[in-house]
Amino acid sequence: MLKTFPTGGVHPPENKITANAPIQSLPLPEQVIIPVSQHIGAPATAIVNKGDTVKAGQTIATSKGFVSSNIHSSVSGKVSKIDMVTDTTGYKQTAVFIDVSGDEWVDTIDRSEEIIQDVGLTPEEITRKCLDAGIVGLGGATFPSHVKLTVPSGKKCDVLIINGVECEPYLTADHRLMLERGEEVLTGATILMKALRVEKALIGIESNKPDALAHIAKLASGFKGITVHGLKVKYPQGAEKQLIKALIKREVPSGRLPLDVGTVVHNVGTAFAVYEAVQKNKPLFERVVTVTGRSLSSPGNFLVRTGTPVSKLIAAAGGMPEDTGKIVAGGPMMGKAINNTDVPVVKGMSGLLLIPLEESGRAGSEPCIRCARCVSVCPLGLEPYLLMTLAELGLYERAETEKITDCMECGSCSYTCPAARPLLDYIRLGKGIVIKMARERNLK
Amino acid sequence: MSSVIPLTIISLSVIASIAAVILFFVARKFKVFEDPRIDEVQEILPAANCGGCGFAGCRNFAEALVKADSFEGLVCPVGGAKIMEEAAALLGKEAPVVDPLVAVLLCNGTPEFRPKTSNYTGVYDCRISHNLYAGESDCSYGCLEYADCVRACAFSALYMDPETRLPVVIDEKCVACGACVKACPRNIFELRKKAKKDRKIYVACSNCDKGGPARRACKVACIGCGKCVKVCQFDAITLENNLAYIDATKCTFCRKCAPECPTNSILEINFPPRKQKIEAEPAQTTEN
Repeated sequence: MLKTFPTGGVHPPENKITANAPIQSLPLPEQVIIPVSQHIGAPATAIVNKGDTVKAGQTIATSKGFVSSNIHSSVSGKVSKIDMVTDTTGYKQTAVFIDVSGDEWVDTIDRSEEIIQDVGLTPEEITRKCLDAGIVGLGGATFPSHVKLTVPSGKKCDVLIINGVECEPYLTADHRLMLERGEEVLTGATILMKALRVEKALIGIESNKPDALAHIAKLASGFKGITVHGLKVKYPQGAEKQLIKALIKREVPSGRLPLDVGTVVHNVGTAFAVYEAVQKNKPLFERVVTVTGRSLSSPGNFLVRTGTPVSKLIAAAGGMPEDTGKIVAGGPMMGKAINNTDVPVVKGMSGLLLIPLEESGRAGSEPCIRCARCVSVCPLGLEPYLLMTLAELGLYERAETEKITDCMECGSCSYTCPAARPLLDYIRLGKGIVIKMARERNLK
Repeated sequence: MSSVIPLTIISLSVIASIAAVILFFVARKFKVFEDPRIDEVQEILPAANCGGCGFAGCRNFAEALVKADSFEGLVCPVGGAKIMEEAAALLGKEAPVVDPLVAVLLCNGTPEFRPKTSNYTGVYDCRISHNLYAGESDCSYGCLEYADCVRACAFSALYMDPETRLPVVIDEKCVACGACVKACPRNIFELRKKAKKDRKIYVACSNCDKGGPARRACKVACIGCGKCVKVCQFDAITLENNLAYIDATKCTFCRKCAPECPTNSILEINFPPRKQKIEAEPAQTTEN
């Protein structure tokens, strides 16, 4: 019997069409555009100036505050300007533009293929290295990893969870990473265990990746304390709270963090990045991105430097199909549509999905018939139909008591609604307003 | 059997009289004194309950007026000077002189000027669209065209023009309650001082981008060139964040700035046509 979380969840068509496509390195572009904010928290401050020569791996923006992250150059070349750039949201933010010349890396980076398994550093040194290397959660939320590795006094962590679920349809970046870089991922997990001072780590992988599951399980026998668990295919199993519930049967209370139940969750992509940062001194400046879509001629998984324009990725996957109706950064469930292919790849971009025009529209919304399907699929046990109405009518106090802020915006409710109600759209709006209200109240 | 009815009447009467006595004393003990003038002031107020004064409704505003030592900062935008004077006379205070205001949309990004770069198929709601992305055009500051302001207006002073796809303010109906200002997620409504014959000169743009990107996104965007600032003799125009702003309280309607604007982002409304023919154009393209 495979493990899974008990409440709600949906099972959209998996469409993992790139599951067998090995990771390819994308050629360097002529110019990269590196936004200074690629993480949750305060944007970093650019420390390079126009005309500076930089090497790949050089810090070009430093973190500001505890919840923030360093940004590194992903290429070698010359800073052509520091200007505003349209990011994936369509809004503008500060970015460093670098004209690429050659591919020279910072000397301290170990570029050999050799896998180093021994970890000689103390937990503090590991956390420090994660901070310096600009490691953020690569599952999509881009929460700075060093914050998660710093266990506040009074709290205890006894188990680490490595998230290899990849429950979003279409995406296969983590899948390929586990298959091709399994040993590095597991070493990364060992490093994270050491940083958190825990003896036990659990890796959760959904059963639709039997090859990755078998591969990692085989490798894990050589690592102390790491066990691998197959999980039933169900969205959103990759969400932190759901994965914790599925693997160790602990429930993170409303408004609390996994640390409150003695665990920390890191993505396999993050584990790999931590491995590279700690053992190879390589900052986070490239990641695996799945470029996929049914109309693409050669969809695949690409190892790409941050700051590369999205258009290069599409070109590498066979060019933009004529019937493209929507380009989504991320997966189809939680990803965000982008309106411009010049936007740069950022640390949090796990995939790029090109949806044909005929599939990209939204069905017209009809009145709610109180079928309660949204209630039965909500993984957090909320009542989406009610939250939507409350947000629509502006009854934010009531929405707060109905726990609108617990919503993690997985979109299961909108996906399942037979009347195609824009449930998540309104819930997200209401959630934003309620969070703002609560913040203002706390300030008083 | 025959004694049941009189007995009931008697017992109920006794209970009623005891309750009456209790109620009498309780009512006296817990009586809330309310200034009778509050009711009188409320009678004068327009009963629109729009919240334009900053209070929850007309009753709260009436209470505030009665309690206040002076009317400083207390204005009913719907009633305007006339009603404030009446209220002041009733309460024996002095009503401050208030300039009547009118809502103005600081965007002129019609489809003709501002080409669409994407299609939004989500909910017809500005706030939701604003949270999701920059909007259908490349301008991330301008009007989103989903009529949140029209729905917020309690006085039917706004409507969507199907051709320009922008909201239009009907000056006669607008009471400057500020509901549209609050409803707009892009914050592109401004309450400006009303002038004679509803005349207006303003920069119909909110784009804070630099000249190049702003111009590419919209042909009538303010590019922050500063020409209008130089030509203005009354220090009424300021340039901040690549965006010019004309202060309505300082503007004398000399009309020197509008012809200077290279992108025609300064609109002149309700003015007689200029003698030279080229410069009459901007006024033609506007809503009013």
